[in-house]
Amino acid sequence: MRHLEQELYSLRQDVIDMWKLVISQVANAGESILSFDKELAQKVSMREKKVDAYELKIDSDCENIIALHQPVAVDLRFVLAVLKINSNLERIADFAYGISRTFIANPTLILDAELITLTNLRIMIDDVNKMLNQGLDAFENENSDIASAIFSEDYQVDEINNNAPHIIAEYIMKNPDRTFECLQLIASIRKLERMGDHCSNIAEEIFFYTDAKVLKHSGKK
Amino acid sequence: MMTIENIKTNTNFSSPLGVRGSLDVKGLTIDAKNVDFYYSEFHALKNINFEVNKNEVVALIGPSGCGKSTFLRLMNRMNDLIPGTRMTGSMLIEGQDIYAPNVHVDELRKEVGMVFQKPNPFPKSIFENVAYGLRVNGIKDKTFIEERVIESIKSAALWDEVKDKLNKSAFALSGGQQQRLCIARALAISPKVVLMDEPASALDPISTAKIEDLIHELKKDYTIIIVTHNMQQASRVSDKTAYFYLGELIEYDQTIKIFTNPEKLSTQNYITGRFG
Repeated sequence: MRHLEQELYSLRQDVIDMWKLVISQVANAGESILSFDKELAQKVSMREKKVDAYELKIDSDCENIIALHQPVAVDLRFVLAVLKINSNLERIADFAYGISRTFIANPTLILDAELITLTNLRIMIDDVNKMLNQGLDAFENENSDIASAIFSEDYQVDEINNNAPHIIAEYIMKNPDRTFECLQLIASIRKLERMGDHCSNIAEEIFFYTDAKVLKHSGKK
Repeated sequence: MMTIENIKTNTNFSSPLGVRGSLDVKGLTIDAKNVDFYYSEFHALKNINFEVNKNEVVALIGPSGCGKSTFLRLMNRMNDLIPGTRMTGSMLIEGQDIYAPNVHVDELRKEVGMVFQKPNPFPKSIFENVAYGLRVNGIKDKTFIEERVIESIKSAALWDEVKDKLNKSAFALSGGQQQRLCIARALAISPKVVLMDEPASALDPISTAKIEDLIHELKKDYTIIIVTHNMQQASRVSDKTAYFYLGELIEYDQTIKIFTNPEKLSTQNYITGRFG
């Protein structure tokens, strides 16, 4: 294997490892909301630094590959895509960390099961987990068809996010003593919606890498 | 170069890195049609069709033995002297078939200059090296020759380094300076096309950068075809790149397209160093 190929292979492995870590962070953060599991939230919080370390390493490796090997064509697209995927994965992990901090900072916080059902929170968490897993599958298999499925998942996440304020406002009117809990929930829903957006960005980067197509701002999703 | 303005106005692109070039036939300088070339029985170039617009820089790339230098030399009939060679097809420069019986090679080479891999100054002074082409073409007007020599040396970005020693031997110059002197010599006879066969392969990075900057400047006035084994050089200096393999022109497109999203797998494998 040529030197550049070794470097690209190693970069690819780091991205996959980071991706798996982020998937686990998001899954644990989601589960910590649903099951009010403070220990799980604590675990997410503690592993956040590891995600940051991956981001720094991958950024540095990309810079080195560009400076030392001057990749072109598919190799260049791969490195450029990885730079952006890296940044998006780190932001997703930040949101997972943010959700976990909500529960660590408010140890007595418990969401009403009815509210979770009404807002479709579980579906939203499942969708984001699914999008992240699809992204990894598309990246590992260099398959833009798999990546394209992420865009439709994101529409569903957006819809849940759009409906949430109305549902939660109505709930607050009926249960004014639970306003604080509702505010925490809406903040978490917002974070999940942003995670969905970052998954879409990642899907765009996979298209750029595999098919040399720029879908960003094109309305062609 | 992509600007914010042209991103906004270009609504049809699928990829800014995948914009296909289109050849402007009106400004065509070189037009090779169905060119085949043989070294005795060896079929060195196979049905090459190749067009170059005026004031373009085109890089010819490909592994050793792929035919790129052979093709370059066809553009000023440098292969004519090799025994047993044969060419079919046509090679037009500014609409004129350069292989037509009425074309004199001496006249052709006034239109198509050439710079070789290794600098090859004549054993003469710096001034006389550049004046040589003018003198052999019968020009005797001393003022004209002097003006043209100075102009050519300036065009070759060499003036500041040699203006005080024009009568010194060309061999006293460094390799990079000698190569720029050879470029000045080629420019002195005002060619329309300049062919360069690996012009910087024997030079250090500073001299290479000077030659590359010079190519960028010269394209305002000349059409330049350059053979190079240096992929970064091809991507830096050329507007279009042609990839040759086993005597065939595999892919010819905008350089930005070739180096970001080539059409053919063979091109991609070559430029990414996976073979060749």
